[in-house]
Amino acid sequence: MAYEFDWSSIPGSLPFLAEGLGVSLKITLVALVVGMVWGTVLALMRLSPAAPLRWFATGYINLFRSVPLVMVLLWFFLLIPQLLSQLFSLSPGTDVRMTSALVGFALFESAYYAEIIRAGIQSVPKGQLSAATALGLSRGQAMRLVVLPQAMRNMVPLLLTQAIVLFQDTSLVYVSALADFFGSAYKVGDRDGRLVEMLLFAGAVYFVLCFALSRLVQVLQKPKAQH
Amino acid sequence: MSYQWNWSVFGQETVVGDGSTYAGWMLAGLKMTVTVSLSAWVLALVMGAIVGVLRTVPGKGLQRVATAYVEVLRNIPLLVQLFIWYFIVPELLPTAWGNAIKQLPPDTQQLGAAILCLGLFTSARVSEQVRAGIQSLPIGQTRAALALGLSLPQAYRLVLLPMAFRLIVPPLTSEFLNIFKNSAVCSTIGLLELAAQGRQLVDYTAQPYESFIAVTVMYLLINVVVMTLMGWLERRVKVPGYMGH
Repeated sequence: MAYEFDWSSIPGSLPFLAEGLGVSLKITLVALVVGMVWGTVLALMRLSPAAPLRWFATGYINLFRSVPLVMVLLWFFLLIPQLLSQLFSLSPGTDVRMTSALVGFALFESAYYAEIIRAGIQSVPKGQLSAATALGLSRGQAMRLVVLPQAMRNMVPLLLTQAIVLFQDTSLVYVSALADFFGSAYKVGDRDGRLVEMLLFAGAVYFVLCFALSRLVQVLQKPKAQH
Repeated sequence: MSYQWNWSVFGQETVVGDGSTYAGWMLAGLKMTVTVSLSAWVLALVMGAIVGVLRTVPGKGLQRVATAYVEVLRNIPLLVQLFIWYFIVPELLPTAWGNAIKQLPPDTQQLGAAILCLGLFTSARVSEQVRAGIQSLPIGQTRAALALGLSLPQAYRLVLLPMAFRLIVPPLTSEFLNIFKNSAVCSTIGLLELAAQGRQLVDYTAQPYESFIAVTVMYLLINVVVMTLMGWLERRVKVPGYMGH
């Protein structure tokens, strides 16, 4: 092998990389929270008896699931900020691009969470809802107090698996110039002419984190398999 | 709002003077997306079938190798894998090979890295489906095949795989859709596929909304076409007596 490795630029850049990893985790967390909340709302709309709500949710979910994440990020990074500053005549100094990219990412992931949550809700026997309404709970109360808690418990492994995917997806904010972990590693490698080492290092870090989390998901799944 | 809509921009000749219209750029991008995705899909099916089989054969050694393959490809982001294939693999190969690769035209290098990366990335996911498909078959099928005098490779090729593939058409459909969407990631290494062409139009014309809407609609169309074709395939190959999903 002709290539001579030189890992010396890693130790010095660790604080910078840690900052990048912090950004990645922050994006993951925000998208996760928004994805779960907005995803639940979408799932409920999709199962709602009101047709317009159902249409809206179905359209939203199908649209976001048909379009590549890169495309969504470009929309929210390049076009939506322009639109917003025209609509609200923001001062030219306000840079909403980062926030916009983050919002786009969260809206995209919500569509995937909505489908997982819908499947979770549908996995709860219908009798639960009937029993709850028979006891005098309203439909909203029945959903909130009876159906959703059970659905959430059934969904934990799937939600976590999707969280791993989401964490990996955050690397794509690279197209929007947000300095996440991958972006930071790339910058350092580019600066020091050590792209090979930095990219391999980045790959190794992602692998360790995602692999550990996926093992955790497997452990969580185990007790259920015994039933 | 003061935005001037102008859909006729697609009919105009490009400013770089390559004799193409902007619609021509879009179609070239669409063609590239389809080429990359279909080539990578073939690679993903072949490697996915091999690795999926290896995960079910008797013998711990082969199983471990196959499991390691899947875990590595599943736990590293696609973008990182793509950069590794494009920037790093040529450096790590023997010098003569690396130089040979670097002397290829840039678009050939991009295409090669894109197909290899997307194909192998997807193969890990396909292999999981293949494994699940094989494991869902009654164990009696393997035993009956072996009892009839088939060798283990023959049993896989003639009995288990044909059945398994027919059962896993629905999950494969979603992987097939994913490969088209994931191909947009290849715009980051400079491959001029659909998303990259859309971006190029934003830079060269004053009509960013038209170009992004056109690209988005094209992805939607790809989705509809793939779903229709795979739905037809699913009905064609459905195994009688099994639950349809």
